Amino acid sequence: MREQGEMDQDIMPGLLREYVKRKEFKEGLQEASDQYFGMADGLQSSHESSQDHTHGRNGHTTNRPAVIYVKPDAKVIWRRLKINAIAAAAIAIITAFSTLWLTGYYRNMEQSSSNYRELRRDMNTVKRDVNAQNKVLQGITPENIKNAAQNNFGATGFLISTNGYVVTNYHVVADADSIQLQNAGGHAYSASVIYTDAESDLAILKITDADFQNYKTIPYVFKEKTAELGEDVFTLGYPRDEAVYGQGYLSSMSGYSGDTSAYQISIPLNPGNSGGPLLDSKGQVIGIISGKQAGLDGTSFAIKTKTLAATISKIPDDAIEQPVGLPVKKNNLNGLPRTEQVKRIQDYVFMVKVF
Amino acid sequence: MIIEGMRSGDRQAFESLYASCYPPVMGMIVRNNGTEDEAKDVFQEAVCVLYDKVAIDGFTLTSQLKTYLYSVCRHLWLKQLKRGDRAVVSEHQSEYQPLENEPGIDLDLAFHREKEAQFEQMKKALAALGEPCKTILLDFYVKGMSMQEICQKFDYTNPDNAKNQKYKCLQRLKKLFFENR
Repeated sequence: MREQGEMDQDIMPGLLREYVKRKEFKEGLQEASDQYFGMADGLQSSHESSQDHTHGRNGHTTNRPAVIYVKPDAKVIWRRLKINAIAAAAIAIITAFSTLWLTGYYRNMEQSSSNYRELRRDMNTVKRDVNAQNKVLQGITPENIKNAAQNNFGATGFLISTNGYVVTNYHVVADADSIQLQNAGGHAYSASVIYTDAESDLAILKITDADFQNYKTIPYVFKEKTAELGEDVFTLGYPRDEAVYGQGYLSSMSGYSGDTSAYQISIPLNPGNSGGPLLDSKGQVIGIISGKQAGLDGTSFAIKTKTLAATISKIPDDAIEQPVGLPVKKNNLNGLPRTEQVKRIQDYVFMVKVF
Repeated sequence: MIIEGMRSGDRQAFESLYASCYPPVMGMIVRNNGTEDEAKDVFQEAVCVLYDKVAIDGFTLTSQLKTYLYSVCRHLWLKQLKRGDRAVVSEHQSEYQPLENEPGIDLDLAFHREKEAQFEQMKKALAALGEPCKTILLDFYVKGMSMQEICQKFDYTNPDNAKNQKYKCLQRLKKLFFENR
């Protein structure tokens, strides 16, 4: 009877198992870390072992990174000073260490010195305990961890048909609760997701406001042919609350790691640029900004319009009320100076706010 | 393969994780006014985030492991900087931000924070629970020992007694766990 009730409503056993697994994981991680940093750590242990021992060995599960949630205090300052002193040496050590590791040297060494490692593991356990105590002493509670998860953010999107369809990136609207579009004039619309394609990283939105009236025209057209290498390109996007213009050139016919559905472009871009239009000098849309390569400046990527057209053709008929008609005929931007082109498109490029 | 290893808690997996993914993270943090110790902590946290992600079934890693960890570290580090502890750096931040706003990572981080809080709660609850309750519960639910074995280990007169005790312990743990919330 009792056992039954327990099974029905009790989540504790599961949580308990999860807890133990996580604890083991953290210990393993700490061990790997200690081992990886074996040498550098020696400098630190004398400092940490001066802490009080009241928490005992049970506390060693809190080997969570300390710094993340800790206000700067004497310890952090101390750490920083220490780092200034040993930074160069430590970097050299790490470099040498990781080189050895990468070349497999360390693996061999490990095998031949496993006893040594065991011994050090025990010492590390002691050190972990001390680490744990530090954290307890510093009064870390889950409450100060909850520094509000911010899940709302912004990106860019632009109109693809006069009847209110807008394209942006899939990664922008994935998991969105609600979406708002705002153009340069400050006019905000609410929109809903009509279709997403994670593979091509595209999402089609539709303006849903009751007072929305179809646009008469869209100034730009979509270029169906593939663009040329070296072409002069520009974009408009919302990495901040104001529209930002970016200019560059088409630097490769394929995207990240050879992705043929995208181009590589050289435009300095920032978070929030995702989903913006990529236009050529004539003002034809040739792509949709999608991302950039981490750590490499000016290496950005844009999804080809061909991919967009393919995605649109995949939208099931019953998902849309009116067909999405990509404008391809009447280009009102050809031959205009750049400032004029930008002026004309900015009402059709939206800041996508996701909540 | 590293992920498989992480799932099963393989040491080798951790080691190769450090060897292949840590150096760029350290570089990024040190360039951004961080110290190596901080890099270490951030990286560990990031691996925990990854752990939470892989622990769920049906998880998908859209980018390379290395790239993923790097972005998570960058997020964590930026957050830490934003927390106002070193305002000077703020102007450099944009250099290291990804183009996308990476909603995925934000979600992962939120999930991780939740799990972490839960973990702390459980730790507290277990500490407050004390012995022999703690061991009984761990023996039974985690190690999978039978009531018979537990009965012998703790010198209970019969398995029913032990079972009773275990039930009480569980109820108490539950209470402790939820009142900390």
